[in-house]
Amino acid sequence: MADIIAQIVEVRKRYMMGLVEVEALRGVSLDFRQGEYITIMGPSGCGKSTLLNLLGCLDRPTDGQYILGGEDVSTLDDDTLSSIRGKRIGFVFQSYNLIQQLNVLENIEVPLYYQGRPDEEARAIATELAVRVGLGERLEHRPYELSGGQQQRVAVARALANDPLIILADEPTGNLDSTSGSDILGVFDELHRQGKTLIMVTHSDEVSERAQRVIRLRDGKVERDERRN
Amino acid sequence: MSSYTSAATIRQLLGLTSVQRLVRTTQLGFKSLWLRKLRSLLTVLGIVFGVCSVIAMLAIGEGLSYEAQEQIRRLGSNNIIVRSVKPPEERRTTSERSYVVEYGITYEDINRIKLTIPSVEILVPSRNIRKDVWNGVHRVDCDVVGTVPWYQEMRNHHVERGRFFTEEELASSVNVCVLGHGLPASLFPIDDPIGKTVRIDGDYYQVIGVMEPKSRQAGGSSSSGFGEQTNQEAAKANSGSGAPFEMYIPLNAAKNRFGETIVQRSSGSFSAERVELHEATVKVKNIDDVVETWHIIADLMSRNHKKQDYDIIVPLDLLRQAERTKRIFNIVLGAIAAISLLVGGIGIMNIMLATVTERTREIGIRRALGAKKRDIVMQFLIETVLLSATGGVIGVALGLAIPQIISYFAELKTIIAFWSPIVAFTISGVVGIIFGIYPAMRAANMDPVEALRHE
Ligand SMILES: Nc1ncnc2c1ncn2[C@@H]1O[C@H](COP(=O)(O)OP(=O)(O)OP(=O)(O)O)[C@@H](O)[C@H]1O
Ligand SMILES: [Mg+2]
Repeated sequence: MADIIAQIVEVRKRYMMGLVEVEALRGVSLDFRQGEYITIMGPSGCGKSTLLNLLGCLDRPTDGQYILGGEDVSTLDDDTLSSIRGKRIGFVFQSYNLIQQLNVLENIEVPLYYQGRPDEEARAIATELAVRVGLGERLEHRPYELSGGQQQRVAVARALANDPLIILADEPTGNLDSTSGSDILGVFDELHRQGKTLIMVTHSDEVSERAQRVIRLRDGKVERDERRN
Repeated sequence: MSSYTSAATIRQLLGLTSVQRLVRTTQLGFKSLWLRKLRSLLTVLGIVFGVCSVIAMLAIGEGLSYEAQEQIRRLGSNNIIVRSVKPPEERRTTSERSYVVEYGITYEDINRIKLTIPSVEILVPSRNIRKDVWNGVHRVDCDVVGTVPWYQEMRNHHVERGRFFTEEELASSVNVCVLGHGLPASLFPIDDPIGKTVRIDGDYYQVIGVMEPKSRQAGGSSSSGFGEQTNQEAAKANSGSGAPFEMYIPLNAAKNRFGETIVQRSSGSFSAERVELHEATVKVKNIDDVVETWHIIADLMSRNHKKQDYDIIVPLDLLRQAERTKRIFNIVLGAIAAISLLVGGIGIMNIMLATVTERTREIGIRRALGAKKRDIVMQFLIETVLLSATGGVIGVALGLAIPQIISYFAELKTIIAFWSPIVAFTISGVVGIIFGIYPAMRAANMDPVEALRHE
């Protein structure tokens, strides 16, 4: 068994919607191991994005514990969470979320910039990653000059820039046609082969076929957690 | 927190990243502003006009006050000038025929001042008579000033060419004259006046010198707005009866040639005036005694004159008034500057708040990618400061140019104090910081998850 790199214990997340309290996660406990390729599935509103945001330290659980890389991060302050996000987490979003005024290289450099990496080093890493996701010809292009698939590849490259512990992807192929989608999934497969830990939210069974492990959520609870080989 | 933080900590301690980051953030700020060129420009207009008007107005104010003070200084700050003034009652009665109006300073007044006040140094009495001066066919309407040789030093008004008359010439009352500046051009259009003669009534006078201009703006013609009152008083003190030109002759010569009574023919009726002296300049040895001496002279004069037929001009007092006026002007200017920069700052804050809302998504992305709150604060703060500093630079440039243009077209002296662009620019930067803090804090305090969901 590989090492456990992330662990959540009895995690709850409650939101106030006006006067009504919504409990998006109701006691979720999960372990994630080094090198696993996991998909999270479930009907809309079951708490997938909420879980992913917690795993990515974008949010703190209302209750319960989150241990990342051996460290309890559920009660850390905002600055520390920021630097954990910057160093250990790579995000890929459904809507790419590139910064419009920056070009491909500059977008990939953003996480490096917040880690204070020297310019030349950042430039070298960004160039290498852009080439790796097949955008070697588009280094100076701005997001609006790229197709959705290309934009998402930039986002994947950006998620890899800081060599994170976990890559979190929230419906990364949701906005893409099947060709671009399978392009991205191809990149994920490749990352998995290289030993990266991937957690991906998806609605598509086809997509989750590729993963080793599928976690099904329903109403803020884990309904099923199955591993394949 | 293990090894991955310590490397960054060391780097941060060395200060490497912070400088580099500041540079990067600044570049980023420029880029963001450049992408919204028109909006950025419109945003900073408030600051531009604020800074520009502060510098320009200061320059104009300094220029006017310099002019005013310069004119006053030319009168001599150690001097007290007593002038004869035709009293108002007499003016009314001049319509009566063959009535001789008698008024003004007398030789006795001068002697009294000389004897009573020990702190008085020299006295320059002068007599102004308006006459036509002739050279052949050329005629010029002129103030003929009978005065003493030390007039030059006392009034800070010297010969430009040739020489002034001497004490011997004063005593012997010979017919020599010094032409006022500009007079030669009208009277001697072709040849050099020195050594030639001019005619007044039946007498000929030998020209021995030509005076320098009285002050840059002779007659104080362009005194507008600021320092108007003092300027006019100074001008009044400068030029006697208001003829365009002046000519200087020894006092005794004036006394002998023209007598004490001046007869003027005006619109059919004769009017005659009897004035012994038109003006006397009293030089006080020590500048600290000026005010006291002034009061003593005023006292002496009022005791011996029943009518208010004299006027006392104290350049030092005028100077103080001018300085006071300038201080008030500067306070008003400061208030206007503060208001315009406040308005400019609010304009910038308004746009920055809109920008922050517009870029909520970007803020969310940056936060997700590891930006701390202070990184976001820095980003937007730097952007605001860049914006207002750019406005400051444009404002300074315009503020330096406008006074030049005004000087050129309005013939108004303007002085740009070296500190005014520096202060104006610094203030624009400070405005950026003050009005940038709130939008920047608002950006930083957004919840990352919310920000990412923002459309
Ligand atoms: N900021 C919030 N304030 C209030 N309620 C929220 C907030 N974020 C999420 N929720 C609620 O929490 C529940 C889970 O939301 P979540 O976004 O995690 O669903 P999801 O599984 O990602 O759905 P989808 O598949 O549609 O993306 C929903 O009922 C949602 O309304
Ligand atoms: Mg979701």
